[in-house]
Amino acid sequence: MEHTDMLIDWSRAQFALTALYHWLFVPLTLGLTFIVAIMETIYVKTGDEKWKTTTKYWMGLLAINFAIGLATGIIMEFEFGTNWSNYSWIVGDIFGAPLAIEGLMAFFMESTFFAVMFFGWDKVSKKMHLISTWLVAIGSNLSALWILVANGWMQHPVGMHFNPDTARNEMQNFWEVFLNPNAVSKFLHTVSSGYVMASLFVLGVSAWYLLKKRDIQFARRSIIVASSFGLITSMYLITTGDESAHQVALNQPMKLAAMEGLYDGEKRAGIVAFGVLDTAKQIGDDLDPFVVSVEIPGALSFLGYHDLNAFVPGIDDLVKGNEKHGIMSIAQKMQKGKIAVNALGAYKNYKKSGDIINASKALKTFEANEKYMGYGYLQKPQDAVPNVALSFYSFHTMVGLGTWFLVLFLISLYFSMINEMHNKKWLLYLALFTIPLGYVAQEAGWIVAEAGRQPWAIQDLLPVGMAASNVASTSVMITFWLFAVLFTGLLIAEVKIMLKQIKIGPEEH
Amino acid sequence: MDLLTLQQYWWFLVSVIGALFVFMTFVQGGQTLLYTLGKTEDERDLLINSLGRKWELTFTMLVMFGGALFAAFPLFYAVSFGGAYYVWMAILFCFIIQAVAYEYRKKPDNLYGEKFYEKLLYINGSLGIFLIGVALGTLFSGGNFIVNDSHLSHWTLQSYGLEALLNPFNVAFGLMLVFLSRLQGALYFLNNIAEQSIVARIKKVVTVNFAMFLVLFLFVLGAVLFMDGLVYDPATGVVSVKSMKFLHSFLDMPFLLLLLLVGVVSLLWGVFIGIKKTAQKAIWFSGFGTIVTVTILMLILGWDNSVYYPSLVDIQSSLTIQNSSGSHYTLTVMSVVSLLVPVVATYIFFVWRSMDKTQMTIDEVKSDPHHY
Repeated sequence: MEHTDMLIDWSRAQFALTALYHWLFVPLTLGLTFIVAIMETIYVKTGDEKWKTTTKYWMGLLAINFAIGLATGIIMEFEFGTNWSNYSWIVGDIFGAPLAIEGLMAFFMESTFFAVMFFGWDKVSKKMHLISTWLVAIGSNLSALWILVANGWMQHPVGMHFNPDTARNEMQNFWEVFLNPNAVSKFLHTVSSGYVMASLFVLGVSAWYLLKKRDIQFARRSIIVASSFGLITSMYLITTGDESAHQVALNQPMKLAAMEGLYDGEKRAGIVAFGVLDTAKQIGDDLDPFVVSVEIPGALSFLGYHDLNAFVPGIDDLVKGNEKHGIMSIAQKMQKGKIAVNALGAYKNYKKSGDIINASKALKTFEANEKYMGYGYLQKPQDAVPNVALSFYSFHTMVGLGTWFLVLFLISLYFSMINEMHNKKWLLYLALFTIPLGYVAQEAGWIVAEAGRQPWAIQDLLPVGMAASNVASTSVMITFWLFAVLFTGLLIAEVKIMLKQIKIGPEEH
Repeated sequence: MDLLTLQQYWWFLVSVIGALFVFMTFVQGGQTLLYTLGKTEDERDLLINSLGRKWELTFTMLVMFGGALFAAFPLFYAVSFGGAYYVWMAILFCFIIQAVAYEYRKKPDNLYGEKFYEKLLYINGSLGIFLIGVALGTLFSGGNFIVNDSHLSHWTLQSYGLEALLNPFNVAFGLMLVFLSRLQGALYFLNNIAEQSIVARIKKVVTVNFAMFLVLFLFVLGAVLFMDGLVYDPATGVVSVKSMKFLHSFLDMPFLLLLLLVGVVSLLWGVFIGIKKTAQKAIWFSGFGTIVTVTILMLILGWDNSVYYPSLVDIQSSLTIQNSSGSHYTLTVMSVVSLLVPVVATYIFFVWRSMDKTQMTIDEVKSDPHHY
C-alpha cells in the first residue's frame, strides 16, 4: 500500500514534533531523579536538615518537569498505532514487546514511588522514603532502557525473521533484541546525556543564586553535587558516544557518511572539526562538499572502526557502489528488492490458488533476495540518502557542545573545591547560559539518530513511506497543529512556573 | 503451550488490565465531582490531593493497556488506532491535559489560572471517559475497516472513527462508564477523606450516579446478550453471523455467567453499604465488582470463537484473537514477562496501604508544602 508524499511528510512531522517536545523534558528527569536521590542519601547519612531542604527543593522542580514529560510521553506509544499502523503490523511482533515490558517494569515503579517521594515524607520511614526516591530514579532509567531497546532495534534490526505467510517480521530471539549492541550503546549514551543535562540544570540554576547573592550555602552544596556528577557523567557520555559512532559505522554507514558530509570514501578519513557545507553539492559530482572546513585527519576512521587506516565509505560509494570495497550500489539493491517484493506477491497468489509447486519456487526467489526487500520500495537510488546538512550540523553541534560541557564541569568543580566559585562572575554567567545549550545538544542528538536513519523506519527493512497509517493527510495535518498549539501552550506555562519556583527559592520550601 | 492457549491467556490479561483501568477511572470520576462535593477552596484542594496520590497509576494503566495490546494483538493496534484515528487522538488529548493539571493548578504564575486547570481535569474526567467507553463499545458494535491480504488495513470512512458516536449502543456504553467512574469516585472519597462536610454530600452523589449507571448498564447488558454476534470457524478462519452470539457464549461457559453475577452483586453491595452506612470499605466491593464484571464482558468478546472487533464493511476482515495476535514466540516471551505482574501488584498494594493508613483531612493538605 503506497502512501502519498504529503501523508508521509505530515506523519513524520507530527512524530518529530511530539518526540522533540517529549525529549525536552525526559533528559532532565533521567538525571535529576538521580541527583535528588544522591542528595537525599547525604541527608539520611548525615542527618543534616539542610540537605533535606536541598533535596526537597530540587524535587519540586523535578515534579514540574515530570508532569509535562508524562503529558508529552503518552502520545508517543499510541502514535505507533495511530500514525504508523503498517509499521505496527509489519514489526509489531518485535517492537511491541519492549514497549509492554517498559510499562510493566518501569512505569508502575515510577508512578507508585513518585507518590511516596512527594507525599510520603511524614507517612513512611526515612529509609523507606530514600528507597522510594531511588526507585523513581531506577524506574525512569529502566523506562529509558526499554524504549532504547526498541529504538536500537529500528537502527539495527536483529533477532527476527520475515514470515511470508503473515507478511510481517517475527521475533526469533529475545536476547538478541535485548542485547543488541546498538541498543546497549544507545541506552548508555542517552541516559548519560540525561545525567549531564540535569547537572547543567542544577549548576546553572545554582549559579543564578550566586549571581543574585542569595541562598549561597544552598547553591554551593548543589554546585558541588552537580559539577562532580556532571564531570563523571560527561566523561562517560563521551566514551559511550564513541561506542555509538562505532555502531553507526558498522550498521548504518550511510548515516555516518551523512553525519560527516563525506561523499568520497577514503582510508584515514578525517573528522571535520568545523565546516560549512556547500549547498550546491550533489551526489556524484566533483564539487568539494565544503565551502570551508578544518579537518582532523584519520579521526573518522578511528572513531568508526577503531583503526586509523580503515576505509570509510562515502555517500557516493554507497549510492553508486564500490567494487573494490565490496559495496553494492543502491540501484542493484533496489533491483533485488523489487524481485523480492514481486516474488512475495507471486507466492501469495500461488498459495491462494493451491499451486504448491510454483508457490515454493516463488518463495525460493523471495528468500534469495529477502535481505533487500526494503530497497524494493524506494523510488530512486538518491532516496536512500538522508538529509546531509541536517545530519552534519546536528552531529557537530552535539559533539561540540558535549565537549564544552566537560570543560565547564571541570572548571566549576575546581573553583568550587577551592571555594572561589561565587567570586567568578564570568563562570557563573557561563554556567547559567549553558542551560539552554544543554537542551540544544539533546535535541541535536535525537535529530542525528532519527533523521540520519532516513529513509528507513527500520534500517534497510522498511522505508517510512511503507510504514505510515493509511489515513487522509489532512487528518494528520489537523492533529499536527493541535499538538503544536497544545504542547507550546503547556511549554510556556511550564517554563513560567519553573522560573517562578526558582525565584521563590529553597527557603520557602 | 500451544498458540491458542497463549492467545486466550493474553486476551485474559488484556481483559484484566482493561478492567483494572476501568476501576481506576474513579480518579476521572472524582475529577468531575470537584464542585459537586467541594464547596470551598479548601475542600476542593483536599479532593484534588486525595486523587493526586492515585492519578498517575490510572494513567499508567492506560499506557499498560496500550502496551499489552501492541505486544499481544498488534493487528488490533494497527487497525483500530490507525483507523478510528480521530477518536483515539481525542482520547489522548484528554489524557495529555490531565498530566499537567494536578501539578500546575496551584502553582503561582501558572499562566492560565487555577480554574483553567480544573476545567482540564473536568474534560479528562467526562469527555475522556465517555470516548473511551465509545471506543470499547465498538468492540461489540464494530468499525468500518478493511484488512487486506498482507494484513495492512484502512478505514473506509473519512470520519475516522467519529461515526461511532451515531450508534446509540456506543453512546450508552460511553455514558455508562462516565456514571460508573463518578460513582466510584464518590466511593473512593468516602474511603480516603475524613472531612465530614464532604462525606455528608457523598450519599446523594452515589445515589444519583448509581441510578443513571444502572439504567445504562441494563440497556448495554441486554443489548450485548441479544445482539447478533460474529463467530469464526477456527479451522478455516471464516467469519459468519450468529444470532444472540454472546448469550450463547455465556451458556457455553456458565462459569463466566456465574462470575458476572458475582461481579454485579459485589458492585451492588458496595453501592448499598455506601449509601446506607457510608461505609469506608464500600469502594472495595464496588471496585472488585467492577473489575470482575468488565473482565467477564471482555472475555466473552475474545473467547469461544468470538469476533472481538467486527468489521462493518467486510465481515471477513473482522478481528479475532487468532488472526490478530503476535507470534507464538513473542507470546511465550511475554507470558514469561507477565510473571512480574504479581510482584508489581504486591508493591502497589503495600505502598497504598502505607500511604493510606489514615484518612486525609484539610489540615494535612495545608501542612504539606508540596501539596497539589
